[in-house]
Amino acid sequence: MIDRIPSGFNPFVIPFLFGMAFVLGYCLFGAVRILLQLPREDRKKLYLSLITPTTIYKNIRDIFCDCLLHVRLWKRNPVLGYMHSSIAFGWFMLIVLGHVEVLLFVPHRINLFYYPIFFNYFVAEANQTLRGAFMFFLMDLFLLLVMSGIAIAMIKRVRSRIVGMRKTTRHSLINLIGMYSLWAIFPLRLLAECFTAHISGGSFLTIPGNWVFRSILGNDLNLLPTWWAYSIVLCIFMCVLPFSRYMHIPAEMMLIPLRNAGLKVRDSRKGFARVQVMSCPNCGVCLDACPMSVSRADVRDCTVYLMRQMRAGNERRIKEISEKCLLCGKCEAVCQEGVEGPKLRLLERAKTEYRLSPDYSDIYVAAPSGKVLYFSGCMSQLTPSVGRSVESVMRKAGVDFDWMDREGGICCGRPMFTAGRLEEARGMVRRNEELILASGADTLVVSCPICFKMFREEYSLPGVRVVHYLEYFDELIAEGRLTLEKSELCYVYHDPCELGRGSGIYDQPRRLLGRAAAIAEAPKARAESVCCGGSLGSLTLDFARREKMTRASLENLYASHADAIATACPLCLATFGRYSDRPVRDVAEIIDQQTKGNNIEL
Amino acid sequence: MTDFGFSLSKSSVVDIDRTDTALYRRLCELDRTAASCMSCGSCSATCTASSYSGMSLRKVLHGLQRGEDVRPMLRCCMLCGKCTMVCPRGINTRHVLLTIAKIYD
Repeated sequence: MIDRIPSGFNPFVIPFLFGMAFVLGYCLFGAVRILLQLPREDRKKLYLSLITPTTIYKNIRDIFCDCLLHVRLWKRNPVLGYMHSSIAFGWFMLIVLGHVEVLLFVPHRINLFYYPIFFNYFVAEANQTLRGAFMFFLMDLFLLLVMSGIAIAMIKRVRSRIVGMRKTTRHSLINLIGMYSLWAIFPLRLLAECFTAHISGGSFLTIPGNWVFRSILGNDLNLLPTWWAYSIVLCIFMCVLPFSRYMHIPAEMMLIPLRNAGLKVRDSRKGFARVQVMSCPNCGVCLDACPMSVSRADVRDCTVYLMRQMRAGNERRIKEISEKCLLCGKCEAVCQEGVEGPKLRLLERAKTEYRLSPDYSDIYVAAPSGKVLYFSGCMSQLTPSVGRSVESVMRKAGVDFDWMDREGGICCGRPMFTAGRLEEARGMVRRNEELILASGADTLVVSCPICFKMFREEYSLPGVRVVHYLEYFDELIAEGRLTLEKSELCYVYHDPCELGRGSGIYDQPRRLLGRAAAIAEAPKARAESVCCGGSLGSLTLDFARREKMTRASLENLYASHADAIATACPLCLATFGRYSDRPVRDVAEIIDQQTKGNNIEL
Repeated sequence: MTDFGFSLSKSSVVDIDRTDTALYRRLCELDRTAASCMSCGSCSATCTASSYSGMSLRKVLHGLQRGEDVRPMLRCCMLCGKCTMVCPRGINTRHVLLTIAKIYD
């Protein structure tokens, strides 16, 4: 392998160099700006994490697994996983191997930035070596890999169902330009290498290509124009990259260290949030996941479109999308990049100004007392059987407890919190904290997942253990204080958003139900569970749209062919109860019915 | 005056010409569902705040229509959303309440 062009330069590399300089400059400028936007303590945390060995290892592993190999996507959808990893990893290997080639054969050119990219143009094969043949084989192999990924991407655009996606994102013009130029890069590279293969040498793709083209065309006139086209397409791609979804490629490499440093989103637009917005690849995985996507009109309010509007700065749409969301958290659970859609929406909601502020300071609530307190929450007042069942089960187990809001009390604050009125929610939190801490309790049993999440995350209750009744009952059974009889019925368990995705409780309800009855699993369960549509998270969704969602969620549960539906959230219970064609019951009710002992008159 | 052991109750006549219903009209503009309330009182029956400040969305909407000051009632609303769950007219009551909080002077 020898250097063919003595100067080592041809004008066709200029577009590539321009594009590369532009994109590197933009990313560097953007990264510095984002670092400056981070609050001081976050920045310190980030710098510290960058020199901690464990986080360095984690960063490298995550960048390799998530950005290049797309391991998470493979687990979710192998076809999509193959498509993304073949393009990302294949392209990465082409660049790496290009550098290896330069180092092996023309080491004095390594200082030239463009040499690895246009290697085949600049070299001539003097004598065939095994080493050279192997490198060319690898280059052709990875080029084939990338092109197979591009082929799947093209099929996906035409018929997304083939790759297992019901809906795909509708792209803006700039995204389309980026996408088409990306698609064109690799065929053009293959073409250019084919035209050059009789000079530079090649392998199983490029040499047969060279024979075919030379026998048809009979001359080398296409050689230089194709290299020009390859360079220009690279330039177009890199010039639109910062303004298109392909910005996720560099942004993700910044997102991973920020996430591994343990930073939290503090502002809905600046700093960490900005990196998340930039990291959204518009893949559309959240579209099929979003419970709102059952109505065609609401598809445009999924997280991927929020990210797009945030980049475009369309304030009216940002507000609309932020207020509509149910905050079920599914988009976040399925997101490959870890974009926190619900959190950004919550921060966006907190910006709304209200003129009227509530005041909870003088609400009188009877002071509870006892080692164990039970908080049933507001929603349980609409489904009183939940509270009564929990009470009955605890009595049977001989637990001495006080039901602190039997006669109604102060709301946990979560509905106010999700409306973005954080300070007002604090008012309720403070009152409840005072009541609980003054009672001398060491355990707080909660039956509503909405309250449960609030108590766990926003309350400061030193010395008090906050448990959902599912965990508590599970422990009571393990201690032998409760014995269950198995019923004939078969239940399907619906994971409430706030309990499953929100608090990570998936196993206890299944274990409990399994002791009391037979269980069937819905096709979409656990972290994939579909919101019942009743969520208080949404501020603007109307009744008709919620009904559609509830029915869609029920269909998922019906698919398990269970006799009845079980859930552990009073809101899901009330929402499903309205439209379900089979009985809907709370786990507490089922446990109460199946426990031995004196059934208390309800 | 002779004490008869009872008194006259305050007049509850609403003088439409003299009441300022600007707030109510503005509310209906921003959330049209507010106008479809039929005063059934389901929201009043379920309201947690009713025992603390006499809160009831039905009364709040009446108050706005009559140009009365409803702020004392709204003071204890915790936005828990039970009223949304029970409303037979499908009014998004939480949105109505947030809208009122936004436009009240």
